[in-house]
Amino acid sequence: MTKRSWTTNHDAKNSKLENVASMMDGKFVKTENAKELLEDLIAPGDKVVLEGDNQKQASFLSKVLASVDPGKVHDLHMIMSSVSRPEHLDIFETGIASKLDFSFAGPQSTRISQMIADGTMNVGDIHTYLELYARLYVDLIPNVVLVAADKVDRDGNLYTGANTEETPVIVESAAFKDGIVIVQANEIVDEVPRVDIPGDWVDVVVQADQPYQLEPLFTRDPQNITELQILMGMMAIRGIYEKHNVQSVNHGVGFNTAAIELLLPTYGEQLGLKGKIVPNWEVNPTPTLIPAIESGWVKTIHSFGGEVGMENYIAHRPDIFFVGKDGTMRSNRAFGQMAGQYALDMFVGSTLQIDKYGNSSTVTNGRLSGLGGAPNMGSNPTGRRHSTPAWQSLRPDNDPLGKGQKLVVQMVETFGSNKKPVFVDHLDAEEVRKEAKLANVPIMIYSEDTTHIVTEEGIAYLYKTDSMAERQIAIEAVAGVTPVGLRSNPKQLADLRARGIVALPEDIGVHRSEAKRSLLAAQTMDDIVDWSDGLYNPPAKFRSWS
Amino acid sequence: MEKLHFSFDTKEPIQKPVHVGVVASGDLEVIFRPTTDTKSDINIVTGSDGFKEVWQNVLDRFFARYPIQANIEINDFGSTPGVVNLRLTQAMEALKDEK
Repeated sequence: MTKRSWTTNHDAKNSKLENVASMMDGKFVKTENAKELLEDLIAPGDKVVLEGDNQKQASFLSKVLASVDPGKVHDLHMIMSSVSRPEHLDIFETGIASKLDFSFAGPQSTRISQMIADGTMNVGDIHTYLELYARLYVDLIPNVVLVAADKVDRDGNLYTGANTEETPVIVESAAFKDGIVIVQANEIVDEVPRVDIPGDWVDVVVQADQPYQLEPLFTRDPQNITELQILMGMMAIRGIYEKHNVQSVNHGVGFNTAAIELLLPTYGEQLGLKGKIVPNWEVNPTPTLIPAIESGWVKTIHSFGGEVGMENYIAHRPDIFFVGKDGTMRSNRAFGQMAGQYALDMFVGSTLQIDKYGNSSTVTNGRLSGLGGAPNMGSNPTGRRHSTPAWQSLRPDNDPLGKGQKLVVQMVETFGSNKKPVFVDHLDAEEVRKEAKLANVPIMIYSEDTTHIVTEEGIAYLYKTDSMAERQIAIEAVAGVTPVGLRSNPKQLADLRARGIVALPEDIGVHRSEAKRSLLAAQTMDDIVDWSDGLYNPPAKFRSWS
Repeated sequence: MEKLHFSFDTKEPIQKPVHVGVVASGDLEVIFRPTTDTKSDINIVTGSDGFKEVWQNVLDRFFARYPIQANIEINDFGSTPGVVNLRLTQAMEALKDEK
């Protein structure tokens, strides 16, 4: 019997790297050799992680990958948290890749849906972020990872700065399992400001032809916040934040939560809530938080990623943000998602559709957008055992072994701006599942995890319902004149109000006539800049040129 | 543009006129005027055609909750039902404040 080798992966990696040695100067390869390098280092059928998160894209490497010879590199199994750029999908049309595991496909949602339907692409799973990261260590261990760094020193140490995001979790999955770590660098320097990824974990560095793509995804211009959103924000502050004594929170990316951020220093202050609620945040550094930070509401913020324009402000507020010795923020998407799922009192988000049972999804007809971080933040890990007042406040009183629950709040207007009802009998996602032949209906947040729904009509305290039938009636009561809402009648509403399962604005002391834009701590981007003492630098598309 | 008219049998006459909201994109103005009639007449001018049934539903709900007797004029520029209901209920709050 021949002796089995236990180092086959290790040997294969070494032999691949030896094959490209002539192109390399230490760990460095010339920009113009990048295509040849990928053709030599990536084998047909390899599992390849291409870094692309909400904001930061390894855009140079994705372009190079799309240019390789499909005769040499084909049928790759791509693993990407976010499918954002056209070439992310082009590679499936040319045969370079054939299978995809992903989490989010916002900008490419229509095309990806078609490609799955017509068989151009085979989908493994649509994951939550944490599921995807976790599986990099289990059954999706990558052969090659392609990531982006701001600066790289001569030893290959990476500086990823405010936009570190998911680089560490990706790189670690390859570096310690004989995967090949290939980095595109904005800049090669003698000394990095700090080491975000040790050079020891890095195999190849390529100077990119231009800096990686970076989007200001979480910036919301207060000018676009409506009075309806302000009303809902006031209701949420009174009927949820105050009522449940919420201390830690994640806000989704919409205008509803931006409104809340801008109401804390005004409406929250009037209610005497300052110092009592939401000191601790897991959230991207959204500019609309600046007034709440400056007026002393927010004590700490950990972030999944950076936000364009916030760099200098953050550098001057290290008491609030996670900031390195070099003065720039450190983000970490995997830890952020972990905190969001496991450490927070509450998640507040928005969605495009909610069904009669309370399941919600952003996947609508023909658009497979994926689900982003909401399923992690917006779910209740049943193993938790928090003692915080908010978590405990959802504990049923009639069960001696009962436990609390994370608050998962969906804030929606009953009709979208397209005048389509948000409350529906059946989610479009059910149909999308059939068309795209998915294992699971792409629901973003499940009914069982949803504890509150806020609409302009009122708040449904779903955690207080004791049957699915009662849950449905509570949802109908706040669903306005949508087909779902029209099933509600005045007698049911009166009963739900009497039992505290539904609250209308007047039940929690919210005056609709106070829901005015003047109640926002900042009404324009300029106001936010003023609050920041000039430290916030809005991206061009958010500047007014008047 | 579409002109709509609705009528409801009501019994709580208002005493003073009220004006809420502005005609701006996604918004509307709502004007309540006292009436000597025994019903409420609602005249709507809307920039979004084809939503008569939704208006009917919004107004059914509103008058079930607040059976005020008034002449109501609505000038709408593409509001969602949520915004319509906000303006109507804000007008109710304004009526109460004036009492």
